[in-house]
Amino acid sequence: MTFIHFAIILPLIAAFLIAIIHKYVKGIHLGWFVLPIPFIIVSYLFTLIPTIRNGDTLLLNLNFMPRIGMNYDVYIDGLGLLFAILISGIGTLVVLYSIGYLSQKEKLLNFYIYLLLFMTAMLGVVLLDNVLMLYLFWELTSISSFLLIAFWTTKERSTYGAQKSMLITMFGGFMMLGGFLLLSNLTGTFSIREMISASDQVTGIGAGTLAVVLVLLGAFTKSAQFPFYVWLPDAMEAPTPVSAYLHSATMVKAGLYLVARFTPVFMLSTTWVWTILIVGLITLCWASFNAFIKDDLKAVLAFSTVSQLGLIMSLLGISGLAVVRGANEQIFTVAVVAAVFHIINHATFKGALFMVTGIIDHQTGTRSIKKLGGLMTIMPITFTMALVTSLSMAGIPPFNGFLSKEMFLEAMFEISNANFSALASVGFLFPLLAIVGSIFTFLYSAKIVMQIFLGEETKETPKEPKEASALLLISPAILSLLVVVFGLFPNLLTKSIIDPAAMSIINAVEPLNTKISHWHGFNSPALWATIVIIVVGAALYYFRDTWIFIYKYIKDKFTINYLYDQGLHYITIYSNRFTRMLMTGFLRTYMVYIFGFLVILGFVTMLRTGLNLDFSNLAPIGIQDMILVGVILIALGIIMITKSRMVSIIMLGAVGFSMALFFVFFRAPDLALTQLAIETVTTTLFLVCFYHLPKQSKLPEKRKFKLTNFIVAVGVGAVSILIGLSAFSNRLFESISQYHIDHVYDLAAGKNMVNVILVDFRGYDTVFETLVFGIAGIGIYVLMRLTINNRKDDKNEERAEESRL
Amino acid sequence: MEFITIVLSGVLIGAATYLILSKSVLRIIIGISVLSHGIHLMLLTMGQLKRGNVPILEDSVTNYTDPLPQAMILTAIVISFALTAFSLVLALRNYKVLGSDDTETMKGAQNEN
Repeated sequence: MTFIHFAIILPLIAAFLIAIIHKYVKGIHLGWFVLPIPFIIVSYLFTLIPTIRNGDTLLLNLNFMPRIGMNYDVYIDGLGLLFAILISGIGTLVVLYSIGYLSQKEKLLNFYIYLLLFMTAMLGVVLLDNVLMLYLFWELTSISSFLLIAFWTTKERSTYGAQKSMLITMFGGFMMLGGFLLLSNLTGTFSIREMISASDQVTGIGAGTLAVVLVLLGAFTKSAQFPFYVWLPDAMEAPTPVSAYLHSATMVKAGLYLVARFTPVFMLSTTWVWTILIVGLITLCWASFNAFIKDDLKAVLAFSTVSQLGLIMSLLGISGLAVVRGANEQIFTVAVVAAVFHIINHATFKGALFMVTGIIDHQTGTRSIKKLGGLMTIMPITFTMALVTSLSMAGIPPFNGFLSKEMFLEAMFEISNANFSALASVGFLFPLLAIVGSIFTFLYSAKIVMQIFLGEETKETPKEPKEASALLLISPAILSLLVVVFGLFPNLLTKSIIDPAAMSIINAVEPLNTKISHWHGFNSPALWATIVIIVVGAALYYFRDTWIFIYKYIKDKFTINYLYDQGLHYITIYSNRFTRMLMTGFLRTYMVYIFGFLVILGFVTMLRTGLNLDFSNLAPIGIQDMILVGVILIALGIIMITKSRMVSIIMLGAVGFSMALFFVFFRAPDLALTQLAIETVTTTLFLVCFYHLPKQSKLPEKRKFKLTNFIVAVGVGAVSILIGLSAFSNRLFESISQYHIDHVYDLAAGKNMVNVILVDFRGYDTVFETLVFGIAGIGIYVLMRLTINNRKDDKNEERAEESRL
Repeated sequence: MEFITIVLSGVLIGAATYLILSKSVLRIIIGISVLSHGIHLMLLTMGQLKRGNVPILEDSVTNYTDPLPQAMILTAIVISFALTAFSLVLALRNYKVLGSDDTETMKGAQNEN
């Protein structure tokens, strides 16, 4: 157990401490106690950067459940470390920001415990090498996300959004688990590293492709790709620090991490490459198109996040080709580097933008873009940060978003020229989609800046706007500063983190030596694409009133949201109906299920294995035996048809006493004695109860009811006979009886074998049998003595409620 | 003989099933009793019938009836008695409180969701 093992669960441990602190320390905002945790982790992670600098990796084993191959093995390479730093780094800023954002009146303890739980979960996802552990922590992120979205539990939209995100991401997670199991079946290991080295096993058309699809379902649901993106806009009901942290900077990138991590595993699968590339591009275009029309500032950012995730996803798709084609080809490495770089950039500018949104919401009381305007002079610092980050998002130089966006465009142009698949004829679509998506990105970025900060002040805000406190401003300020710094000096990052991360994605050994530059010369198509994006975007923004009508063609009934809502609605109805059909609440129905299942199982087994009977060794039949059989059958028949309780009790006694006689004939004196005694007591007991028992022992029953019972009863009888006959005919093992017979005297010093077995060989069984007997006795006694207050009806119902619980 | 006892125990078990599936609580309890009889007979048959002597050690005898099923049945008889007694008292109590021994009217459907 090294510090890094500990660091992953440190937030979880801290969650317990926070609960104790919360109880005893009042007056100080709980966030101050949480703040050191992510800070310690991020500081520690920074010290690991030199270790992985040249593509070296760190593997620290810790067995957790080695027998099922579930180990707590930490594997640190560029990719994992990059994500871990993002998680803990942004986490630090978000906790700081939340101190200003959430007042002491909120349920802070819940909030921080969920947040710390999420931190552990996320660190586990990106740092562990074992797919089972990965799945475990993956679902933990879904759960903590669910809890955080529903933080304001009284709001209906919150719970709706929480449920939606849970259902969609958990569905994906479950599919992903299936993919992992398939993969481990193909490669024979649960370790991702070993899967990578055995990746040539994952080539089969059937299982290999299925694994691709399943793992991608996990990634796409988590990273809100088309068509699963619908949960992310609704997740925006969470408090803004959560949106900044989970739903833009970290959790939704878990899907990207998964794709990046498994790229070397699926390196020979073309399904993998093209699905990711195409889904990513569609998501980019569709989400950015939708983002522009939204009025809620957070909804704009939610769709923007979806589209940016699509952008990174498509880049990772191209990285898949890098592995297929060899890492030295320039365009692929460009794509990988762009993907890694954009993950960092998106975390910085989108995190800051969410925090800015939170500030606006906090200071004005609304997030509606229509109600906002002219905030530039009132909130100058917020405006500056929003301007910088929006421009970065739009891909305007010199900010970091411009650099990665240009690399993205470059990669898309390259792939349209490269000639390697059936899709080559429509290769021009890739840059086209990229440019369309980028134009809409430009449009909504412009909308945020122009309509909120510029223009007239609307005076419609619920609160009088004023600049936020330093506590709220400091976190977005740090992120905005990073946007500028990474924009101006991108090569600060390349050596230290981008290259190692890119190398782990494409499984390269040689250092990449990436250089990110601002200027590629006039020949670069990306430059012209950027110019086109800015010019067309500006023109479209200026003339937006003339084309905005196209949004009206998107009817509510054709959205994926509508599908989700209707699907959920009907699933609930039908599952209720189905449950009610199965669970009638009648004891008899359940008994029919149980007996019916026994009958089916019995007959199926008999049909499959065949009946092998052997009657060569039977005991002789005496006349007295036949008389007894006759007595039992007659008594049984009378029990079945009689209506009188008296007769049925007497006939039951007759069956019991005949059994005792059988025991005598079969040379079991102890049994005969016991049976006689017990049967006498039973009959007595029945007679004691006689007075209170209902007059008739048989209730009127419908013909259909009887017929079903009859069929089931005959089936059970037949199956028991078959089981009995075949068990009697086939002795698979030597009987253990001989041991008891041989050692009855020398081991137990008794002569009556049955007694010795009961009190000596199987002594404990008898002890516990006595215990059962005692419990039954106490139960009977209590039932007899129990006085039930029958006067009040509502009290009776209460009791019924309790007993059912 | 074994063939006959196996069939007889099958008949007992089948009849018990029919009784257990009926509506009346008393018949259900009788069914449980009959079921245990059928199973005891089946168990005893599995150890083969009428072979050897009574399972009590004697110097002159070498061949005994299988004592193991007998020991198990002895336990089962006692347990089934406890079960019968308990369910009988429970049914009695139930009848006093609810005024019915029909399992369908006991369901209390108005309380279920």
